[in-house]
Amino acid sequence: MTTTTMSHDEAHHHGAPTGWRRWLYSTNHKDIGTLYLLFALTMLFLGGASAMLIRAELFQPGIQLIDPDLYNNLVTNHALLMIFGAVMPAAAGLANWMIPLMIGAPDMALPRMNNLSFWILPAAATMLILSFVVPFFPGGGTQINTGWTIYPPLSVQVGMSMDFLIFAIHLLGISSILASINIIVTLLNMRAPGMTLMKMPMFCWTWLVTAFLLILVVPVLAGGVTMLLFDRHFGTSFFDAAGGGDPVLFQHLFWFFGHPEVYILLLPSIGVLSHVIPTFARKPLFGYRSMVGAMLAVATIGMVVWAHHQYTIGMSLGAVTYFMVGTILISIPVGLMVFNFIATMWRGAMTFETPMLFAIGIILMFTFGGLSGVMLAVVPADMQYHDSMFVVAHFHYVLMPGAVFGLFAGVFYWLPKWTGNMYNERLGKIFFWINVIGFNITFFPQHFLGLAGMPRRIIDYNVMFTEFNVMSSIGAMIFGLSHLLFLYIVIQTIRGGRSLKKSENKSWEGAKGLEWEVGSPPAFHTWETAPQIK
Amino acid sequence: MCFKSIYTIKPLLLILGVLLLGTAQAEYGINFPEPAGKVARDIYDIHMLTMQIATFLLIIVFSIVLYSVYFHRKSRGYQADQNFHNTWFGHWSWVIVPALVLGVDFTIAHGANTVLKTVWDVPKEKDIMDLKVTGHQWWWEFDYLDHGIKIESRALTEDKAGDLYLRDVDNRLVLPTGTKIRFLHTSADVNHAFWVPELAFKKDAIAGYVTETWIEMDREGVFRGQCAELCGTWHSRMPIVVEAVSPEKFAEWVGKEKAVEEAAAAEASSEKSWSKEELMAKGEALFNTKCAACHQINGTGLPPAFPPLKGSPIATGAIVDHLKIVLNGKEGTAMQSWSSLNDLEIAAIITYERNAWGNDTGDVIQPADVKNAR
Repeated sequence: MTTTTMSHDEAHHHGAPTGWRRWLYSTNHKDIGTLYLLFALTMLFLGGASAMLIRAELFQPGIQLIDPDLYNNLVTNHALLMIFGAVMPAAAGLANWMIPLMIGAPDMALPRMNNLSFWILPAAATMLILSFVVPFFPGGGTQINTGWTIYPPLSVQVGMSMDFLIFAIHLLGISSILASINIIVTLLNMRAPGMTLMKMPMFCWTWLVTAFLLILVVPVLAGGVTMLLFDRHFGTSFFDAAGGGDPVLFQHLFWFFGHPEVYILLLPSIGVLSHVIPTFARKPLFGYRSMVGAMLAVATIGMVVWAHHQYTIGMSLGAVTYFMVGTILISIPVGLMVFNFIATMWRGAMTFETPMLFAIGIILMFTFGGLSGVMLAVVPADMQYHDSMFVVAHFHYVLMPGAVFGLFAGVFYWLPKWTGNMYNERLGKIFFWINVIGFNITFFPQHFLGLAGMPRRIIDYNVMFTEFNVMSSIGAMIFGLSHLLFLYIVIQTIRGGRSLKKSENKSWEGAKGLEWEVGSPPAFHTWETAPQIK
Repeated sequence: MCFKSIYTIKPLLLILGVLLLGTAQAEYGINFPEPAGKVARDIYDIHMLTMQIATFLLIIVFSIVLYSVYFHRKSRGYQADQNFHNTWFGHWSWVIVPALVLGVDFTIAHGANTVLKTVWDVPKEKDIMDLKVTGHQWWWEFDYLDHGIKIESRALTEDKAGDLYLRDVDNRLVLPTGTKIRFLHTSADVNHAFWVPELAFKKDAIAGYVTETWIEMDREGVFRGQCAELCGTWHSRMPIVVEAVSPEKFAEWVGKEKAVEEAAAAEASSEKSWSKEELMAKGEALFNTKCAACHQINGTGLPPAFPPLKGSPIATGAIVDHLKIVLNGKEGTAMQSWSSLNDLEIAAIITYERNAWGNDTGDVIQPADVKNAR
């Protein structure tokens, strides 16, 4: 009994460990959250650099800067770095930081697994980057010229870098599943007394659904790429028609993962918005229950409409009709979510700090992307849009506002809480405007390119596509470089420059929730005694 | 920002384009080109319908958000209505909004479904013209199954195509108007996709699959498109040019093509022994169209994906191995089997590869040698 009390006391009084041990051995949700976010930021810049190189090459017709295989390699890496390197870890970082604070738990349920799920990521990223650079060494084989969809038979032609990519996907998948298990266990078991599921903050709800989605679909991708690995090296023919296999099977496996993945990227940002908008509109979230319902509906329908990415493979009339109707129906829950956000703003007393600016930008641009998504869902019209630049424009309008801007909103919203310093609001607003204008100049013209007949993933194009490509590339440079300002703002806030004011416990006037009751920055351990929720 | 329909934004973009470049180059579109047949027109119409609905909804959302942003702000002294979600509207909006969206969805899905049926149901008529479209890395093969002719279509180089570079080919896909045509798509290697915007459909070419689409073209013209599914290094160099002509002109063209193919077949099957010069001349022409995309005109290839032939162990080593790789291809690489070429063509190509670019083996391969190696 005495010893128990002793160690109990010690556990309460130790501060943060120092040096590299603090990070490598960390089991603290805040430190691991920080690691996730820093990792995501690094990947954001790598993915962004590859995107800018792609747009620089497309600035003019002709092949100027890079050769076609390197171009396609960049296309592949841009997607994987952004999806698996930037957006998913950033969302996991927010989850790690905020979920225990929001539900009044002292830490994540499985802290050691939390450490593992983060530290797998740098290994996975190394594999991913190796897959990019290996072809530049003698004997390194050909580059990955398949795009992130790695469809066979093309992906079977690629050299050993494809194997690095396959193992990178395995590691990323393991990391995601471990993090998801941790989040589900935390949310189901560690909520403060009195906090029923239907009182749980919206961000926690979105992550609960996201985590289930991840556990359901990531193994399917892992299976698919493993079969690909076997086709490449062990003489199986899962995807080789000549051996009785089916190249389309891989597409089904890939998109069974790939489509829910869109919602995996999107939902955490929807969660962030559900906190940002009520805070700055100074009124509660409109339709909490319908929001939860809509989200469950999105996740459920989203699981069973994957083949709308493959309308042109020659499915039967019945199959395409089903996938078309299912896809169009997703507009109902998504429309309800957007409606709830607008209704939250309606008759509020709004102020427009950076997180709110991003939130409004998301509502407008995500609606735009969602509506072009309804156009794409229409099978006969998709016979035209499919694999054209129109698709590129569409999914960037969905994923940039829907996922990335939501994460930016979250970072600006909670940065004062994490660091104890208020970021420079003027710079934040400047960043928002440059970022959003650059984004629109980049991707809006791509709709026209697609309709005029420019396929995606081509390095060289006919002169008839020049004008819009020039515009798009100029936009991309503005958009890409604007993130340096973001980096500056974040560093300035962390270091707490003289011009910044200290953040109070409650950084925002209208903010509500348990996370605003702990200090800014929060102590190393918070909510050691669970709060009582009425 | 982006809520304007493309009609109102076109002049703005034109001005922006002119400002940026000083000159508006060539012609460029911002919407699909004029469709070339009824199915294509139906597709165009459903595209315009959904786009108009989308634009309309977008304007509504933008108006409400901007209204709210302007009027419901703290700086105007607006007090937040803390009970908005407790009004009847707050209680029932979760039914009202989905019902409205469902109405819109139904309108779109209903229109789409009608068009979808015409697009998907390929007519079963007996006299429908069959065209087999085979995608290769990186060229198209068109088999006129009812006429017994075969066209190979490859991108023209920049100096030959000029402003049409990447949209122009050596042999066009000539098709008759006023005839129902069934396209059968397949691939010899990786996935490709046939896309000509005027014909309005896109279909993947997948090895082991035959997918079908159809059209009856109602106007003559030259319609340009490209491969739309990433197919490796030269994905950007797979244009498609459809030339729609009257059935009379088409019949005339078929006759001419047949004569050319028969002459070539007769030449190949003759027992004649060919001189080195003749084979080299033929071989160079064939190599430059069929092989140079990967192995390059000067034989240096693009390693590591495409090995050089200049001084290579295959092109300067045993003739048997050289014949084997050309006839059978190499598994796991972009090197496909070329066994569909006739004996004379393969003999010419191999003779050329063994003597060009300083390979100088002095070997002369006759069609009979190829025949034995098959």
